[in-house]
Amino acid sequence: MSSIGTGYDLSASTFSPDGRVFQVEYAMKAVENSSTAIGIRCKDGVVFGVEKLVLSKLYEQGSNKRIFNVDRHVGMAVAGLLADARSLSEVAREDASNFRSNYGHNIPLKHLSERVAMYVHAYTLYSAVRPFGCSFILGSYDQDDGPQLYMVDPSGISYGYWGCAIGKAKQAAKTEIEKLQMKDMTCRELVKEVAKIIYIVHDEVKDKSFELELSWVGEVTNGKHELVPKDVREEAEKYAKDSLEEEDDSDEDIM
Amino acid sequence: MAAVYMSANRPENAFSTVDLVPEWAQEEVSTGTTIMAVEFDGGVVIGADSRTTTGAYIANRVTDKLTPIHDRIFCCRSGSAADTQAVADIVTYQLGFHSIELDEPPLVQTAANLFKQTCYRYREELMAGIIVAGWDKRRGGQVYTVPMGGMIVRQPVSVGGSGSSYIYGFMDSNYKPGMTKEECLHFCTQALALAMERDGSSGGVARLAAITEEGLERRVVLGNQLPKFSNA
Repeated sequence: MSSIGTGYDLSASTFSPDGRVFQVEYAMKAVENSSTAIGIRCKDGVVFGVEKLVLSKLYEQGSNKRIFNVDRHVGMAVAGLLADARSLSEVAREDASNFRSNYGHNIPLKHLSERVAMYVHAYTLYSAVRPFGCSFILGSYDQDDGPQLYMVDPSGISYGYWGCAIGKAKQAAKTEIEKLQMKDMTCRELVKEVAKIIYIVHDEVKDKSFELELSWVGEVTNGKHELVPKDVREEAEKYAKDSLEEEDDSDEDIM
Repeated sequence: MAAVYMSANRPENAFSTVDLVPEWAQEEVSTGTTIMAVEFDGGVVIGADSRTTTGAYIANRVTDKLTPIHDRIFCCRSGSAADTQAVADIVTYQLGFHSIELDEPPLVQTAANLFKQTCYRYREELMAGIIVAGWDKRRGGQVYTVPMGGMIVRQPVSVGGSGSSYIYGFMDSNYKPGMTKEECLHFCTQALALAMERDGSSGGVARLAAITEEGLERRVVLGNQLPKFSNA
C-alpha cells in the first residue's frame, strides 16, 4: 500500500490531491519498522509484551527499555522512534501528575490517552515540526474503572482496545491475539500467552537475538504498574519456548 | 465627631471619601452563618440559615447559602458573601469544563479539591469557609469541609460558620452513623434552630436540601416553624 507523495509529502502542512497527509503516513511507516509491542486487557488487569531486539552483545541487559511507567497505575509500551517515545512519556507523566494535583484523584486512562493524543496531533499540523514517529499503548488498572487499554498512533487518534499490537509483526500478532478469550483470563494466565505471542511473531531469520520485556498492572499487583517479577517472567518464557517446540514437533508428525 | 476621629487614625489622607458613607456601609458583607452537612447511605443532607449582615444590619434575611456547583454537588457558604460567591463561580466553571472533558458526572472529591486549590492559593485575600457536599456514582454521598486557610478533609458530618460553635455539643451527642434521609433532615433542622437561636449572625429561615442519585429535594423551614427548645 505504499505510494510516493512526490511534492506533496515535504511538510505536514500540505495535503495531497487525494486528501492524504504523507508526513503522517511516513511517520506510521517508522513505527512499522520497529519491533513488535503488544498489550492485552483481561478480566483483572493489563499485560504488555515487547520484543526488544538486541543489536549488539555489548549492550547491558535491560537497557533501552520500551515499557515506561507513566503513573503509579498507568504503563506505556512503545514502538517506533524510541527518542520520540521517551519525550511523549514525559508529556504523559506531566499530564497525569497535573491532573492529580488539580483534581485530587488518579487520571482516568481514557482522558489521559485523549490528552496525549491531542498533543501528538498538534505536531501533525505545522511545517515547522515533524510528527512523532512512534505509536504507544497505554494500560491501567484501578478499582473503579477496572482494566483499561488505549493505543495512540502518530496521526493523533486514540482507540480503546481489549488487545492490540504495534510494530513490524502487528498483523501476525493481531491474528494470535484474536484467538485468545482474554475477557475470561486472569493476568497470570495472560502473561504466559503474551510471551508466547511475542515468541511466535519474532522472526528468527531477519532479527537475531531479542529480549522479552514483560510488564503488568492489575489486581495481582494491587493496581501498581511494574515489570513482571523474574520468576513469573522465566515461567512465561519457558511456556512460550515449549509451545513453539511443540508446534515444530507436530509439523514433523504430519510429515 | 466619630467620623473625624476615625479618619485621623486611618493611613489614607485626610480627604478620603470614607466620611461620606455611614459606618455600616464600610463593613464587609458577611454571611455570619450556620451551615452544616451530613452523609447518609445514598446521599447527603445539607442545611444553612438565611441571614446576611453588614455589621449589625441584616442585608438579606432570606439568603440562599446552599449553592449548586453541579447537578449533584452543592456547597454551603460561610464567611464573606462576595468571596464565597466568587470562589463558587470559579469552581462551577472549572468543574463544568472538567465534566465535559471527561464525559461523565464529576466526583464530589474533585469539586472539593478545586475549592481547596482556590481557597489555599488565595488564603491571605479570602475569607471563605465552605462545606462541599454531594453524591457521585463512585463513593455515594460525601461531605468535604474546606475551612478558612484552605485545608480539606472528608467528614461524615460537618458544621461551619459563626453559629457552629454553639452546636458542636449537640452534633457530638446527637449524630449517629447510619441515619436515614428523614432522620438527617430532622437532625439538621434541630441543629440549625439551636444555632440560629444563640448566634446573632445567624437567623431567618432554615434552608435544607437532600441530594441523592435520583436528584435534589429542597425544603424551607420558616422562622416560626423552627423547633423551640425553651419556653422563653
